Amino acid sequence: MFRLIDNTDPELVEIEFDGTTVAVPAGISLAAVIFYLDAMPARKTILSGSPRAPFCMMGACFECLLEIDGIENQRACQVEVKAGMKVTRQLTVSGGEAT
Amino acid sequence: MDSSFDTIVIGGGLVGAAIACGIAERDRSVAVVDGGDRDFRASRGNFGLVWVQGKGADFAPYAHWSGMAARRWPEFAQALQDNTGVDVGLQQTGGYDFCLTQQEWDAREHEMRRVQAHTHGQFTYQMLDNAELKARIPQVSDTVLGASYSPLDGHVNPLYLLRALHHRMQNLGCRYIPDQPVVSTRQEHGHFVLDCAGQRYQCERVIFCAGLANQRLARDLGMNVPVEPLRGQLLITERVAQFLPCATLQVRQTMEGTLQIGDSHEDVGLDDSTTLEVITRLAARAVSIFPHLSSVRLNRAWGALRVMTPDGLPLYHQSPDYPGAYAISCHSGVTLAALHAAEIANWICGDAPHELITEFSAARFDV
Amino acid sequence: MAAAQAALQQGVKVALFDEQSNPGGQIYRNVDSSPLAEVSLLGHDYVFGQQQVLAFRHSRLDYFAGASVWYLDKSGSLGVIYQGRHQEVKAAQIIIASGAQERPMPFPGWHKPGVMTAGAGQILLKSAALVPRQAPVLVGSGPLLLLLAWQYLRTGVGVQAIVDTTPKVNRWRALRHLPPALAASDTLFKGLQLVMAIKRARVPWYRQATDLRAEGGERVEGLKFKSKGTAHQLDTGLVMLHQGVMPALHMAAAAGCETQWNGPQQCWQPRLDKWGESSQPGIFIAGDGAGIGGARAAALSGRLAGLRVAHRLGLIEQAQCDRLARPHFNARQRHLAIRPFLDAFYRVGMNALNPVDETLVCRCEEVTATEIRALVSLGCSGPNQAKAFVRCGMGPCQGRFCASTVENIFAGQRAVSVGEIGRFSARPPLKPVTLGQLATSEGE
Repeated sequence: MFRLIDNTDPELVEIEFDGTTVAVPAGISLAAVIFYLDAMPARKTILSGSPRAPFCMMGACFECLLEIDGIENQRACQVEVKAGMKVTRQLTVSGGEAT
Repeated sequence: MDSSFDTIVIGGGLVGAAIACGIAERDRSVAVVDGGDRDFRASRGNFGLVWVQGKGADFAPYAHWSGMAARRWPEFAQALQDNTGVDVGLQQTGGYDFCLTQQEWDAREHEMRRVQAHTHGQFTYQMLDNAELKARIPQVSDTVLGASYSPLDGHVNPLYLLRALHHRMQNLGCRYIPDQPVVSTRQEHGHFVLDCAGQRYQCERVIFCAGLANQRLARDLGMNVPVEPLRGQLLITERVAQFLPCATLQVRQTMEGTLQIGDSHEDVGLDDSTTLEVITRLAARAVSIFPHLSSVRLNRAWGALRVMTPDGLPLYHQSPDYPGAYAISCHSGVTLAALHAAEIANWICGDAPHELITEFSAARFDV
Repeated sequence: MAAAQAALQQGVKVALFDEQSNPGGQIYRNVDSSPLAEVSLLGHDYVFGQQQVLAFRHSRLDYFAGASVWYLDKSGSLGVIYQGRHQEVKAAQIIIASGAQERPMPFPGWHKPGVMTAGAGQILLKSAALVPRQAPVLVGSGPLLLLLAWQYLRTGVGVQAIVDTTPKVNRWRALRHLPPALAASDTLFKGLQLVMAIKRARVPWYRQATDLRAEGGERVEGLKFKSKGTAHQLDTGLVMLHQGVMPALHMAAAAGCETQWNGPQQCWQPRLDKWGESSQPGIFIAGDGAGIGGARAAALSGRLAGLRVAHRLGLIEQAQCDRLARPHFNARQRHLAIRPFLDAFYRVGMNALNPVDETLVCRCEEVTATEIRALVSLGCSGPNQAKAFVRCGMGPCQGRFCASTVENIFAGQRAVSVGEIGRFSARPPLKPVTLGQLATSEGE
């Protein structure tokens, strides 16, 4: 959905995203990573499984929640990507969360 | 706009709404005059417990009254759902009150025994040690000494209860008039006249269910209703996988999966703000009881003002000088809801009062 | 930044807690640590921030980057999450500069993946050097929308269309505010240049748009709308929304600061004196969080708050404070001269504030406009009662994205102004904090 602007050649880092190793630009937020990878939908709501993705990118809307290194419900837009991170989208309705 | 009714209930919280429903079932002309959206509103700060254990240790009638109320809850919840479609989320599988020190345990056991004696064995309980507790709730920490358990206890969603009562009120033809805080009340030509913000209302019967405002308002009709605010702070967390199969006094899990953590008892006057000290203390206590909650996020913290009579017992008072004027106060608007909608409402409609009601008259405060 | 420096200059001991990891806030986000090869692509107003950030970096204050203030009360107690741990801090004087947030713009389908705010697009551009692969559709009204369009044109992304919801009547209503706005003719001129650049690029510009609807399954696939009465449909995978900004009030409100309704700007703002001191003594609010005035006015209000704090702490006399403040008051006045015109020109129409029934008003708890309207009919006394009954505003965002909509629905049904309806109560925590972090608190 989003690409790097022309004439940008950033350092890349490797992370694990939904079990697959990918290379993404260093220094960006995980919400930016979601758009870079076009990982849509980024999340499904607990209540109804409604598909969502980051909306405000500034930490206010809580739509960008991701599981990062085993901890759920973190705002991806507030976390900078680091090499070796293990990132998983929260796409299941039941299971880990209550209904 | 109609401003004349047979009965006006002042206050649309858990107490006022339940009583209004009960009266409206028998009598068509009922109105509830309510305060503003940002008023103190104890009902919005209620923990949601249907709680019997410990109540009435010092006053047998209260033990009986609470027990009666709790036993009525399943049928009350069902009727509300049938009538309004709102599920108040009643879970009545028993309740636990954790003991973190030996002193707490001893005092609790003593209290439970007294309630049991007052109710001639009708109230039952168990004192559970750590092992027995963990057998029922595996996530309990090893450091918890134990808990008192009573099978009749439980919880509901207090906000949905209020919503259901408001729905029921509407279905029964009650008029709900919000944003009209009462300024004064008087008797005129045999009826009661209420002066509110810019409007005047008239009725034959007036019931004061205005929480902390009752003291000032009921005085107009010769009633002494001594109530004081007692602040309680509460924490609500994000949704968590269901693990708590029943209510506890310290932590309860709502039907949405969020955890409600309470609470404090602070004498700070009309101040419902939160404090860092209490928030961190409540969080620490919750984590010491359930260590796995350490990673759970706090969603909201708030304070609410309980409506406390000097002895903490309910107040059901009929004005001796102004027949038709009543004042009702309690801090257990959830537990006692079914009785407010039935016995209290019936008494107000002119039936002979249930024998327990007279135990809670305001006359006990006249020295 | 301006507040901190003004206070520092008068000898105040200053600590600054910044939720971001670099100074600059929203407007100057990443301005001194940009991933872009050419920062000037984003325009002169952005680059202007470089000097301010540079000056800030050289000041001697305690700058805590990545620090989340989750608690603030009227006694000056703060709860901060820094480096993963909760710490308690006490301050004699507090200046809140938490800025603005975009006004929520709800319509059917606005929650679908691929629909985001224009501000989100700007953040991706400034902090990650990311641009859309396909030219997006920009929807709404306001200078920020046009700025983003211009930036996307300059960076070779293009804009598929602008769906402009600005009501026609605004043009005439704004005219009478034009004479005073001419004092800020350079800003007006810049605005005109943006508009002309967009027109030169032949971007389809649909005016007086209403009846917005985003369609699609797991992500947005198209946008339907009406423009001047004619129905349109655009195939698109990326829709960016903007409908003006409003003060981010959560922290101030949770600390007990009184608020007041700003009719012309259609938003709540804190009640402040001319220095920015709120109804809670010792708590100041500066910048767009005090009232929308733009970046230049924001910095000036920061200076004024900083000076006043120094006076409050006994470091400068009243007369000296007034003398130092005078040029800032005057400059601020000049920068604010254009506001009445902008506010009138970009005033949001009633239909945009009152979404159709099926719209998701509360994204977190998935409550629709239908449910809110039903509550108003039930006689629900206000937004807080509505929140208690159907949970709108109780989710993680704590009403940031639904409060204004709920208030507008109540105001619309009751035919009164939002000012009479009241607002959601705000409570801590202002940011997520875990029970474990709270349980192991450290004092300071």
